[in-house]
Amino acid sequence: MTKKTPSGLDPWNALRVHTDARIGLGRVGDGLPTERLLEFQMAHARARDSVHMPFDANSVRAKLGVLDYPILDVHSAAPDRATYLQRPDLGRLLDDASFDSLAQHKQNYDVAFILADGLSARATQDHGAETLSMILDQLGDSWSVAPITLATQSRVGLGDEIGSALGAKMTVMLIGERPGLSSADSLGAYLTWGPKRGQSNADRNCVSNIRPAGLTPKKAAEKIAYLMIEARKLGLSGVALKDNSSSTLLIDG
Amino acid sequence: MQTAAPFSFERFTFPDLKSLLAKASPLRSGDVLAGLAAASDEERVAARFALADVPLKRFLSEVLVAYEDDDVTRMIIDDHDMDAFAPVSSLTVGDFRNWLLSDEATPEVLKNLAPGLTPEMVAAVSKLMRNQDLISVAKKCHVVTAFRNTVGLPGHLSVRLQPNHPTDDPAGVAASILDGLMHGSGDAVIGINPATDSPEAMIDLLKLIDEVRERIDIPTQSCVLSHVTTAIDVMARNAPVDLVFQSIAGTQKANESFGITQSMLAEAEDAAKGLKRGTIGNNVMYFETGQGAALSADAHEGIDQQTVETRAYAVARKYSPLLVNTVVGFIGPEYLFDGKQITRAGLEDHFCGKLLGVPMGCDVCYTNHAEADQDDMDNLLTLLGVAGCNFVIGVPGADDIMLNYQSTSFHDAMYLRSVLGLKPAPEFAAWLSKMDILDQYGRTRPQLDGQAAQNLLAWSGAA
Repeated sequence: MTKKTPSGLDPWNALRVHTDARIGLGRVGDGLPTERLLEFQMAHARARDSVHMPFDANSVRAKLGVLDYPILDVHSAAPDRATYLQRPDLGRLLDDASFDSLAQHKQNYDVAFILADGLSARATQDHGAETLSMILDQLGDSWSVAPITLATQSRVGLGDEIGSALGAKMTVMLIGERPGLSSADSLGAYLTWGPKRGQSNADRNCVSNIRPAGLTPKKAAEKIAYLMIEARKLGLSGVALKDNSSSTLLIDG
Repeated sequence: MQTAAPFSFERFTFPDLKSLLAKASPLRSGDVLAGLAAASDEERVAARFALADVPLKRFLSEVLVAYEDDDVTRMIIDDHDMDAFAPVSSLTVGDFRNWLLSDEATPEVLKNLAPGLTPEMVAAVSKLMRNQDLISVAKKCHVVTAFRNTVGLPGHLSVRLQPNHPTDDPAGVAASILDGLMHGSGDAVIGINPATDSPEAMIDLLKLIDEVRERIDIPTQSCVLSHVTTAIDVMARNAPVDLVFQSIAGTQKANESFGITQSMLAEAEDAAKGLKRGTIGNNVMYFETGQGAALSADAHEGIDQQTVETRAYAVARKYSPLLVNTVVGFIGPEYLFDGKQITRAGLEDHFCGKLLGVPMGCDVCYTNHAEADQDDMDNLLTLLGVAGCNFVIGVPGADDIMLNYQSTSFHDAMYLRSVLGLKPAPEFAAWLSKMDILDQYGRTRPQLDGQAAQNLLAWSGAA
């Protein structure tokens, strides 16, 4: 940083190597220098856009085209984003049409994969298909896989409805996490054994912060596949299934 | 307990006090989510008319959760001070609002009244008040506490320095502490939310803060915001605990969901007092609350979000805290949808806490899925400064990289002190002057190339 700043940033600038926190910003009077102010606004704008961007299920469908699985679109009972944000209960229920369409595919599957918008459609659009295909690569051929569902206005709990409607023993939901100021594209994976309505979050395993600058999709896929294999072996998920990844629930289930 | 005729106004009736309070509450998404909100604006105001006629005494005979089922109710009823209540005991809720705004309600009168008020009385009157009423009455309530400095004096504003780091990295935490101190923050507490709630992690962080505090003789206190049981554990191992932290809520069931009981809080307070680390006072507890916490734990007992929040302050009051912090926008838009709802809630919480005699501060904050931005935070921050809020939060650049939400920054606190002429805690202000952080006019204008700054940097490099 050779740029002259009003308050003399240099003595503090060295400290920025220790943390991503916004330290050493300099100041103008009591306020922030213009560039710092705008940097913050840009980070917030990206995070908000991620929350409000409509889920483009077709773009995800196109990316999934190379995989040889049927793909179904489902929608929660929250009709729009404003309702979704205020009524998490509706985001955990399927609308009637979605329930009917899933019921037509009901069989005895090992796993149902769900790609869901959650609180960041951008995360799912950018990293969902890639992460899923890497998981499938890890799993091998011994799994019967349900049609892949693309879920709009979805909370984590919607996976329970989807999994039980399809008749899957296990669900793996890849869902956009609540965006932080510097992580607008972070994907979370939730693994649930024996999905049914009203499942507690303590019965799930979570792998979070999946994004190129966080836990890379490749590393995440290894972790998720490992958990899936263990869950199938033990016939359970949740706290009893050892998970070495961070289990911070960034999504309000 | 008692069954009485339903409350009514014009064509609206309300079966009990609990539903009357809920319907009278200003609109917020959490009450809608819980199915407790008024169905129309007209019903909401009708409920306020009916509430205005309720005698304050009624709140002592009709409780919101049964006495035998809930230890918060028992605390409220058992600790109520009838003598202190006397000056307002014949008033209705509507009269009470008028009285609070009147010249009769001086700071001294309000201070003496506090033990005579229950949270439900205070929540009730807040529902009849405009934002300006909440501000002007709160400004008359002075709640002063002390440990190594004095927090809450009129004309002063303290700041919690919140140097969180996603992995508790000592150098990262130290860098944020340094940045905050150089901006005049940290007089309420240097308080870290640890990424890991373990005794070892807590002890490491406590030692880190204690070292800098002693090395450069900072008149402030530290806190690592671990669970109260972790704090009790590390105090037994002689860790340098100044303040004990705990999140609390307004029902027994909600507190159980936090894994706490009243006896744990009492034990922690005794243990921390026993360490005798305070130099000028012995308020050793730091509590956090926030509207929506009880509902999110499915433990609200059918009480509206604002009233059940106020009941948490009765819990806080019992343990003589140094600081109580309502984390007002953290919980998300399903409880407080937008800047308007967050602003109202922040002013309500501050008012209700202060009237009950609780040393209220506020984490003016929001998440990225709420309809709010920095302008909303500026507005609430400024309003709380006018209302005499004891402290606010200082996070580097307002961006908490561990908890993933936006709070207020060191710069925001500088702005607020500057535009309203508010000073840091007196003992801390003296230290800031000594360190060349405050200039001769009391402004925060750190001399970054001076000896004091170099001393701080040297410590930080060693951490």
